[in-house]
Amino acid sequence: MIRLKRNIAVSDTGFVFDPSTGETFTVNETGMRIIHYLREGKDPREIASLIIKEYNIDSLSFEKYFQDFTEMLKQFNMLEYEKEV
Amino acid sequence: MNKKKLILAVTGLNNTDNPGPGIPVVRSIKESGEFDLRVVGLAYETLEPGIYMRELVDKVYQVPYPSEGSGALMERIAYIQKQENIQVLIPNFDAELYTFIKAGKKLQELGIRTFLPTIHQFEERHKSNLDAFGKKYGVNVPRSKPLTNLAEISKLRDDFEYPVMVKGKFYDAYVAYNEEQVQMHFNKISAKWGLPVIIQEFVRGTEVNVIALGDGEGNTIGAVPMRKQYITDKGKAWGGITLDNPEMLLLTEKIIRGTRWRGGMELELIRTAENDLYVIEINPRIPAWVYLAVGAGQNLPVALVKLALGNAVKPFVSFEVGKIFVRYSWDMIIDLKDFEAISMKGEI
Repeated sequence: MIRLKRNIAVSDTGFVFDPSTGETFTVNETGMRIIHYLREGKDPREIASLIIKEYNIDSLSFEKYFQDFTEMLKQFNMLEYEKEV
Repeated sequence: MNKKKLILAVTGLNNTDNPGPGIPVVRSIKESGEFDLRVVGLAYETLEPGIYMRELVDKVYQVPYPSEGSGALMERIAYIQKQENIQVLIPNFDAELYTFIKAGKKLQELGIRTFLPTIHQFEERHKSNLDAFGKKYGVNVPRSKPLTNLAEISKLRDDFEYPVMVKGKFYDAYVAYNEEQVQMHFNKISAKWGLPVIIQEFVRGTEVNVIALGDGEGNTIGAVPMRKQYITDKGKAWGGITLDNPEMLLLTEKIIRGTRWRGGMELELIRTAENDLYVIEINPRIPAWVYLAVGAGQNLPVALVKLALGNAVKPFVSFEVGKIFVRYSWDMIIDLKDFEAISMKGEI
């Protein structure tokens, strides 16, 4: 299961701060929503179902963009991986 | 409550694009409000901006460079002491520290206290000794080799892969991608700072720094890690942010505990993509970005003064993460008569 690292701070405006590296990022509304879902520990299928319901996007396109986004989060060391029980 | 009177001398008044720590140290101590403070500045050059910052520095004396010999410097310090009755001296330049450390007893006889590393501590963390330091204290360091002549450059390929770092024993560091560039930097650095010139393995990663203060008994009185957000073309931090990074603090505490470090220090580290920390330099004094630590809740210059005065100091237990410093330039207008005073009389 992938999760956002617990120490990553995300504000209501989409300002993201990693206190261990001092790096800052900005995300748009959709990105902020996905980040919050990742923080809550929702799995990719759940996130896909929630986003598709809310936005006018098909599941294949979303999967592509979601993978792209999480790869970027992984590259910036913002994700942690927990074993599913 | 009456504030304790303190007559403090500082060097490093060069608040330029290659800034010294003197002015931020004064600012930190003054703003604490803990002392009835008089500041005596010791300047090498007549255009060091701190000379003219009257709101921070009460009196300035020009002093001879350490290269003119410790005799000349101590003679000048003795004269200044007769005028000022300095209680604590905080030297802020790497290049002068050896002289002040060696003169510790003489300074004490004059009534001037310092809080500096021992000669042994100062020498063993030298860039040319970093390999041995890393092995002794169990910290990652890049491989390094001191060079004393140009003929040694061709043999570097036996020990290093290019690029490499070419560093002066006190200051300056350049990346070199081939032997010609090593030669060019070797000549430039050795002309300015002498020998040896240090060749260091190039470790890829993000540069991060820690300012710290050791009490000389193995305890870390304070430590604040930071990452530079804006780096000038001289490699100086012009903006930086404090970090929540326990590994950097543990490394700092390990070094201070192992060496029983006495005084201020700055650790220059590289954090690799694998999150390993490499110590690339240990600067044996407070860095110019010290005011960020103060802003984050750890007034390390005040703590250093208290240690110099022989007082016990409780270690700081926390600091604010995500505090940012942004440096700026500011023009002061100086009267010619002030410039004349420091140039001709050597004091103002």
